[in-house]
Amino acid sequence: MDSSLIYLDNAATSWPKPPEVVQAMASFIAESGGNPGRSGHRLSLAAGRVVYQAREELADFFGLDDPLRLVFTANVTEAINLALYGLLRSGDHVIASSMEHNAVMRPLRHLQREGVHLSFAPCGMDGHVSLAHVEKLLKTQTRLVVVNHASNVTGTIQPIAEIGALCREHNTLFLVDAAQTAGVLPINIEELQIDLLAFTGHKGLLGPTGTGGLLLGERVPFEEMKLLVRGGTGSRSEYEEQPEFLPDRFESGTPNSIGLAGLLAGLQFIKSHALDALREQETSQLARLIIGLSNLPNVRLFGPRDPSRQVPVVSFTLDGMRVSDIGFRLDEEYGILCRPGLQCSPAAHRTLGTFPHGTVRLSPGPFTKDREIESVLEAVERLSAELL
Amino acid sequence: MSQYGVVLFSGTQAALRAEKLLERVGQVVKLIPTPRHLSSDCGVALRFSWAEQNEVVNTLDRARLAYETIAILDG
Ligand SMILES: Cc1ncc(COP(=O)(O)O)c(C=O)c1O
Repeated sequence: MDSSLIYLDNAATSWPKPPEVVQAMASFIAESGGNPGRSGHRLSLAAGRVVYQAREELADFFGLDDPLRLVFTANVTEAINLALYGLLRSGDHVIASSMEHNAVMRPLRHLQREGVHLSFAPCGMDGHVSLAHVEKLLKTQTRLVVVNHASNVTGTIQPIAEIGALCREHNTLFLVDAAQTAGVLPINIEELQIDLLAFTGHKGLLGPTGTGGLLLGERVPFEEMKLLVRGGTGSRSEYEEQPEFLPDRFESGTPNSIGLAGLLAGLQFIKSHALDALREQETSQLARLIIGLSNLPNVRLFGPRDPSRQVPVVSFTLDGMRVSDIGFRLDEEYGILCRPGLQCSPAAHRTLGTFPHGTVRLSPGPFTKDREIESVLEAVERLSAELL
Repeated sequence: MSQYGVVLFSGTQAALRAEKLLERVGQVVKLIPTPRHLSSDCGVALRFSWAEQNEVVNTLDRARLAYETIAILDG
């Protein structure tokens, strides 16, 4: 590990991971390396128990009663695809916000060609979706509302509880893309009235890549959902038809059990450090970044500019310098790692008026140090001074 | 000699859930390969002490965990 690097790309994937995650994955492969749920011998069961433990603790963390209603996927993208392709049929109407990631936009644009009707609820310059607009767009054919909990471009936290309540009133299902919030903000699907929660394991939950899942709330008619993949589950092997029950219906093929061992350790790390405490540190660094950047000449800052209304993600541009050059120079000259460009979210950048060039995104994480934030501010200040 | 019973579940993750629920209420249980005469499936079944049958069923019902079969295990 190069300790001189300043890693501010936690919105892409968190790094470093807690040592416990590395340890859990190493011991898993050394000690419980059977195929979970396939054979029934002790190593197979040991692996199955780790997978189950991860399922149970994640379900509990998100306020889901029945852990078997949590389906593991390779990432949030697959979870979102499962929800959208599973539920939507030709003639259905869907509402999304205009801040969505391509993980939502691309499946929706494809489904649109198959006869699904789309509406987009506009968002303000701060990325905030207007509730009044969502309500106006809701009609009887609206099958689903999908919103990202927090934007990966501006960090904007959406009014999830309010949208959830609207969806219940209109008897519409509510899917939340929690890529940027799982492990960062508390999420209880009952309290927030979320029907489907899609999460990824490798960002705020501090697990490895290749992990994620979809929570199916009680209102979700999972028996009617179309499948993305069919195959062996270790159960009902005498039948050549896919089993109907959960989670096997949606989990064909050998799961990423080593990844789930790591994800479980990541979740346990977060629980032992308390979300509130981690959030407090991130909020103070975020406040410092927002104030520091706002004071620099030529810097344009996007999003709410309010640490209480955003997750630790900040997007900016420098008038007179290409975002790709800013990213490259921060890396080459200062060892600062960030993400320039569109961050897979053209819709969000159209909303902000930053399409097609995008922004430079800085995203601190639980291991970011205060002095690293100061170094970033100094580096951006030097770049901005060149433009005076 | 104490007698055993077995519960069969739809899948392994359900059986692992049952194992945890029952261990939490102090039951001594064990996951074993599904006895061939009860099912041709290749999965696992949960073995428990037959005398505890009521407690086992109540615990599963309370958690609304569905099971397929419950049977006495001879031999
Ligand atoms: C809001 C949002 N949705 C979806 C994704 C996709 O995540 P993954 O690549 O883990 O599927 C990301 C991260 O890139 C994201 O920030």
